[in-house]
Amino acid sequence: MSDDTILSVRGLGVEFPMGRKRFTAVDGVSFDLRRGETFSLVGESGSGKTTIGRAIMRIHPISKGEILFEGKRVSGRIDASAERLLRQRIQMIFQDPMASLNERAKIDYIVSEGLYNFRLFKDEAERRAKVEKALRDVGLIPEFASRFPHEFSGGQRQRIGIARALVMEPELLIADEPISALDVSIRSQVINLMNRLKRDRGLTYLFIAHDLSVVRFISDRIAVIYRGRLVELAGAEELFAHPLHPYTRALLSAVPLPDPEVERLKKHVAYDPSIHDYSQGKPSWSEVSSGHFVLGNECEIRGWKA
Amino acid sequence: MSADNILEVSDLRVSFSLRGKMLTALRGTSLELRRGETLAVVGESGSGKSVLAKTFLGMLDKNGRVESGSIIFDGQDLARYTTEKQWLGIRGKRIAMIFQDPMTALNPLKTVGEQIREAAALHRGLDRRTSRLAVIETLERVGIGEPELRYRQFPHEFSGGMRQRAVIAAAVACRPEVLICDEPTTALDVTVQAQILDLIKSLQRDLHMSVLFITHDLGVVASVAQRVAVMYSGQVVEEGSVEEVFYDPRAPYTWALLASLPQLGVKGEELYSIKGTPPSLFKEIRGDAFAPRNPQALEVDFVEEPPAFPVSPTHWARTWLLDPRAPCIEAPRSIMRLRERLSKARKDPGRAGKASGGEA
Repeated sequence: MSDDTILSVRGLGVEFPMGRKRFTAVDGVSFDLRRGETFSLVGESGSGKTTIGRAIMRIHPISKGEILFEGKRVSGRIDASAERLLRQRIQMIFQDPMASLNERAKIDYIVSEGLYNFRLFKDEAERRAKVEKALRDVGLIPEFASRFPHEFSGGQRQRIGIARALVMEPELLIADEPISALDVSIRSQVINLMNRLKRDRGLTYLFIAHDLSVVRFISDRIAVIYRGRLVELAGAEELFAHPLHPYTRALLSAVPLPDPEVERLKKHVAYDPSIHDYSQGKPSWSEVSSGHFVLGNECEIRGWKA
Repeated sequence: MSADNILEVSDLRVSFSLRGKMLTALRGTSLELRRGETLAVVGESGSGKSVLAKTFLGMLDKNGRVESGSIIFDGQDLARYTTEKQWLGIRGKRIAMIFQDPMTALNPLKTVGEQIREAAALHRGLDRRTSRLAVIETLERVGIGEPELRYRQFPHEFSGGMRQRAVIAAAVACRPEVLICDEPTTALDVTVQAQILDLIKSLQRDLHMSVLFITHDLGVVASVAQRVAVMYSGQVVEEGSVEEVFYDPRAPYTWALLASLPQLGVKGEELYSIKGTPPSLFKEIRGDAFAPRNPQALEVDFVEEPPAFPVSPTHWARTWLLDPRAPCIEAPRSIMRLRERLSKARKDPGRAGKASGGEA
């Protein structure tokens, strides 16, 4: 683990009880987040991408592996002070800005709820100043603090959700599909805001999404997850230019491009897990080229390296 | 009405009364759906695209009504329909609709097969046995394996993609002439979305349907449609073939929509974004509805509403820029030669295409 690693996920497994059996949602997932980067987890619904985000936030207990934040273990049993620190320095932005804000609370309370929980202010004036600053940082005016969520548009609500995370002065933001529910024009406003905050504050993002066109634009690195396992991890442009795993290829080919002529000629590639012959040689996580990892058995890896 | 058109909407105005105030959702919308084509309607939420679709089926909420304009379908004006009885001959039978969320479109207490069979039996006047066979055939046609077993299952036993297939089966079981799809793939994964889009395309061809496809995703438009209508604040602002609208857009709103595509952004630079929010539909809109958000708006845009100017026989746009007296304002560089830029973005790793200036 190098110095610039902020979060390290090692051999993460998450299971849920399913009747008498247990359902494995996440299996053997490992990756490192570097300080100041945007790292995206991409996969279809049910692939476990949201579960990983929630496991980092300690919302779901983990069954295997460990998670390190700035070198300190934050998974499993940890003491109360470590948990407090984690809850302060890692914040989450949720998908649906309509559902994730308390309808009955004013923006002032919504944004300062974390400050109240952790007593992060000396007096009322300081709290108000912090809320004001957070609102300004996301491009809203401080007067909005006295209003209720229903008075805002979708894009503005998502800004409020971001302000609520920022007020805690986090280092890592876990954004679970933060722009999927937004319209095209508002989407670019929120993307620009997230990128500006990253530049100005050196924030690190774990971005969970299924919209690959957006992911490509904002990510430094992308990990593709299929049924709870990482199948490929590479730099954003490398992944789009040279997708290796058949599932990644299927996923990329499925994204419709805003170009009628290309679309007319396009053939979709479907992913069929049975094409892998893992009877001889179990698949392993291998580095094919610098920083480009794929899940495959020896024979497949040899093919991909060539 | 031209013989090519199966559905022709002219100057349609629809308003809703909400808490004593009037909301005008459609402000003089005009649209033509040709026989056998797929027409995409794109727009943001609140642009009126779903309200438009609901007027074709007489499904406006109780507080809404058609103020003026006409919807001509097969020689009849649907805008004049008032009774449920008149609608029964049209809704589901000759014009069918697929909704966004397949979970709410199906009745959780009935087997999938039975709910499709009921509709088919009602509209086609078939007896139990024949309609059952017809439904099984339709289930198979929409790509549901083991249709006889699936017929007896409940919606919760279906995955999201399979549920949407079942909803499509219900819609096409009565062999409608027009199929309206309201964001049918928004709730689905991209891989499933691709399959559903392929299915809708093949059904449209095989069953000779005309499809009106509502979406906000320009990628989906490029994938399914031959023609596209761009809506903003209750009006169609541009209509043309997909090639014309994607490669030679004329309305400033269409420019803005295309320019904000993340595929055209440059990493590390700001993505083009439309400032402000759409106008309130509770107020009277003066001039061009997009003018307050358009940095290059002309003076006349704030005063008078632009009419539809023809660009080619198949392409028109509502913007004063097409008036011969207008100053020459060009489309933003980022969307000129869209195709080259997109293909460059795909081939050239290290950058996601050039957004503005530079090498143009």
